[in-house]
Amino acid sequence: MQLIFEKSRPGRRAAQFDALDVPEASLPPALCRAEPAELPEVSELDVVRHFTQLSQQNFGVDSNFYPLGSCTMKYNPKLAEAVAAYPGFSELHPHLSTCPAFRGLCQGALELVYETEQALAEIAGMRKVSLQPIAGAHGELTGALLMAAYHRDKGNAKDTMLVPDSAHGTNPASAAIAGFKVVQVASAADGTIRLDAVKEALNESVAGLMLTCPNTHGLFEPRVREIADLLHESDALLYYDGANLNAIMGHARPGDLGFDVMHFNLHKTFGTPHGMGGPGSGPVGVGERLEAFLPGPRVVCEGGRYDLETPAKSIGKVAAFFGNFLIAVRACAYIRHLGGPGLKEASENAVLNANYVFARLKGTYQPAFESGFMHECVFSAAPQAKAGVRALDIAKALLDYGLHAPTVYFPLTVRESLMIEPTETESKDTLDAFCDAMIEIAGKAESDPDSLHAAPRTMPVGRLDEVRAARQLDCSC
Amino acid sequence: MFPAECRFTKDHEWIRDDGGQHTVGITAFAAEQLGDVTYVELPEPGSRLSAGDTAASVESVKAASDVYAPAGGEVCEVNEALDGKPELVNQDPYGEGWFFKLSDVDADELEQLMDAAAYEQFVGEHSE
Repeated sequence: MQLIFEKSRPGRRAAQFDALDVPEASLPPALCRAEPAELPEVSELDVVRHFTQLSQQNFGVDSNFYPLGSCTMKYNPKLAEAVAAYPGFSELHPHLSTCPAFRGLCQGALELVYETEQALAEIAGMRKVSLQPIAGAHGELTGALLMAAYHRDKGNAKDTMLVPDSAHGTNPASAAIAGFKVVQVASAADGTIRLDAVKEALNESVAGLMLTCPNTHGLFEPRVREIADLLHESDALLYYDGANLNAIMGHARPGDLGFDVMHFNLHKTFGTPHGMGGPGSGPVGVGERLEAFLPGPRVVCEGGRYDLETPAKSIGKVAAFFGNFLIAVRACAYIRHLGGPGLKEASENAVLNANYVFARLKGTYQPAFESGFMHECVFSAAPQAKAGVRALDIAKALLDYGLHAPTVYFPLTVRESLMIEPTETESKDTLDAFCDAMIEIAGKAESDPDSLHAAPRTMPVGRLDEVRAARQLDCSC
Repeated sequence: MFPAECRFTKDHEWIRDDGGQHTVGITAFAAEQLGDVTYVELPEPGSRLSAGDTAASVESVKAASDVYAPAGGEVCEVNEALDGKPELVNQDPYGEGWFFKLSDVDADELEQLMDAAAYEQFVGEHSE
């Protein structure tokens, strides 16, 4: 496909102006460019076709199966889009909320913020939730800052964050940005965190531990309660990375398990857009210990009227207004539409779908762990790699079947890993089509490995040179 | 399979006595596991490291990993060629793909590291 600049023809225009009927004035020379800007000269139809064709090359969950492990690429229901488009939400000026005189004009929006925070708190067993953080990692950073504020307030000299080796890469990064030293804790051979490794790493300088549950091996951590008790004995805190909350809704609540602070990914668990800029939303939830430090201002309700209040020891604002408000509107619509039983069923089907895929593929690909997978399953393509077909080749080959690749080379603890998360929104037919393709690719890896090295063949572009792209970072062309 | 003149760590660094100074890099096994290396961040010359300190980091299209000092010492030279040619780590891990050199290395610390035979066994046990 041509670039829009290559479609440019001198003098071609998309807009027509009336003849000038006022005296022409010249701009001060200092404000004028020396050379005209290089802009494409195209007609309106050229522009429409160009961007329509670009959009048709997109590989998204609306067009294709997208089993990207650890990402929960579930379908985004169009009902939530329709609700977010209501003019009462979409055309609201956020400053109506900041000015007390106008606060009466946005009571509905404030009520939505209040109710969504309460709904998320109930789902996760937390005391309070703040919608402010605008992405998952932003939620992690906010959570880490809340932990730091707690220890500072109590005069605790704690500067170390424990992070298991099965954590998301953002966990150590968020802790480091918040000023903590990061110490890694090893997993056991069964893929769950080692209690003795936590005990060994635990000392007076430890401020907290960041845990994902189910972890990024797709396994539920069975010793959370013991880990929480261990940490609390020395006034350290337990953080819940909510990336995999989609596996446990309605069955287990992080607050009940002993977690003190967490983030949600509305763009994963609650069906809001994910990828291509989302935008995301990573609300934080806290238990009793951290309530006083939450970002402010917060929406409070007194006698049916919604107002704003900043907690006494608030860490301040972490985003403008209430974060990505229209994403919260979508998540609220999703939660209210499904209700408690619906959310529980979503988690059950997410786990069922992942285990169906696991059962169909475990004879063909090497399972990374024996059993216990929740909403995603992890395989190793190490046996295929020995024959010259790596996880990356399998991922690229899937594209030619009209299927997005699973996550590859993550988790880092598994060699040649393939991490598959089908989500609850896929039918058995789609799962079967995916498993059939995976099995066929494994066959080709033995009979005709070279055909996989050339994949993808049917996409707008073939195999990209990722190494060169990373080595020669040149964004100025 | 692994050079006999080097000592090795469990984190897949090698260290070699090059006549007073000690040269450090990552093993061929580590380079193979990382895949094509795209970027290497090196320590500041003159900085003092203790054994196990984070000394450098190495990035590939798959992952970013820390590189730890196999022994304590002062960084006396870094391999600036890696800045423009990170592929040297894959092409020649024990030669042109070296990371940095240490002076004042304590010989006792080196004794605690694996020799080539022990490292080969270690890799064998951890690569299945």
